[in-house]
Amino acid sequence: MPKLKLPAPPLPNKALPQPRRPGKAYGPQGPVEHAKEAGTSAVGWIDERTSLSGFGRWAMFRKVPKGTNWFYTLGSASMFAFLSQSVTGVFLAMYYEPSATRAYESIRHINNDVFLGEFVHAMHKWGSTVMVVLVFMHMGRTFFFGAYKYPRELNWVIGVVLLILTMTMSFTGYLLPFDQRSYWATIVGVNINGTGPLVGPYLSDFLRAGPEFGATTLSRFYAVHMMLVPGLIAALIGFHLYLVTKLGTTAPPWVQAKAPESVREERVEG
Amino acid sequence: MADRKNAKSKYTIDRQIPGAFEGETVTRRRFMTGAAHTAGGIATAAFVLPSLGFALGPLFEAKEQSWQAVGAIGDFGGDTYVPRTITLTPEIGDVGKATVFVRQFNPAVDEEERDQYNEYIAISTACMHLGCPVNFVQAAKRFICPCHGGVYDFVGKVAGGPPVRPLDRFYTRVEGGTVLVGPRFSVNSELRRFSPRDPGEPLDGVGQFLYPSRPTMRKIEGT
Repeated sequence: MPKLKLPAPPLPNKALPQPRRPGKAYGPQGPVEHAKEAGTSAVGWIDERTSLSGFGRWAMFRKVPKGTNWFYTLGSASMFAFLSQSVTGVFLAMYYEPSATRAYESIRHINNDVFLGEFVHAMHKWGSTVMVVLVFMHMGRTFFFGAYKYPRELNWVIGVVLLILTMTMSFTGYLLPFDQRSYWATIVGVNINGTGPLVGPYLSDFLRAGPEFGATTLSRFYAVHMMLVPGLIAALIGFHLYLVTKLGTTAPPWVQAKAPESVREERVEG
Repeated sequence: MADRKNAKSKYTIDRQIPGAFEGETVTRRRFMTGAAHTAGGIATAAFVLPSLGFALGPLFEAKEQSWQAVGAIGDFGGDTYVPRTITLTPEIGDVGKATVFVRQFNPAVDEEERDQYNEYIAISTACMHLGCPVNFVQAAKRFICPCHGGVYDFVGKVAGGPPVRPLDRFYTRVEGGTVLVGPRFSVNSELRRFSPRDPGEPLDGVGQFLYPSRPTMRKIEGT
């Protein structure tokens, strides 16, 4: 195809490339170049004041061991499941009423009347199961690859706490639709808590805010589900990721570490 | 270098600390650090302790109990149970209601001592395995739980399945020809009365000590 050269459009003098002003040997010239570099300069403006790019490079451009494979994405998958739960949960909270007399009706309203309500509710409901499955798979990967060993034991411990918090989310969230299944599952769950010797009965009273399922049990579960546990999970995910970045990931067990040639030679001589 | 003996002195001036005052024992730096930590600690405690008390308060607050009429004395016989609905927690609709099975004391089956609170027997429907609702099946004369197969005989003692103690009961009394149902209590396998426990908590042997009664709900004194 022959190259066509279009004539330059008649532009007002201001928009034409100007000769550089004395003392300004580089940098954008005129509004067009400024517009082109807006993104870079905005990032530069922030970076000059925060030095975040160093942190970004440290966190993103890491060396990963040979043999890194798809199993290593399960942690990120769990995190995205959590983010999905957070976003859908926040929007469900806009329509949900945590009161014993109104909760079921508000869920019915979300499912039947609100635009995309059933979809967002279902995303939250099924997403919770997905998150539990992903967290367990992530835990299994860590276990079978031996990635919990020194120096990563603390990250394993944090991971176990995150698993327990995830189960707490599942337990407290299960009551919120407030139908027959929710109600009786919670009665059974609280009573299972109560079978712990000595502290169990008091723990049950704490969960129900009294000796029977009462007026504030639902709002208590809602507060734990909405505020307490998500905050803890978010904070612990942050610390979990910091340690992953700091310590690096492990190679899969079938990848053998190879000592450099020089080291092997020395060993033979010695 | 400072004299070693002086370095152990409690006076900052003997320890050769620059800017020390006569008779001063704590450096201003240490005092400032301590003061800042104390202030921070007090400020944190000022919002953490009340919040904790707020969240844990219901553990120490006795639940209000009421006596509710469930019918006239003629409504209940000694051979079968009559289901009645009572309100455990008011003002939260159906969630606060529970079913009780009521019958008259029957000397042929009831072995416990008679007193003012068991002229009529009111049995709670909470299964003592994990709290599902049991149903009285007239043909079998047994209480049967739909969840995990708990079975209780006519007086509420465990006849089979996972439950750890007989069904809970409610105090009853008769007032002017009306049967009133009051607070709940738990029983061990000999039907001795205990402060109400949650399902799943045995009361035989060391059970009553492993699962202590709670300040939120106690049995009536002396029963």
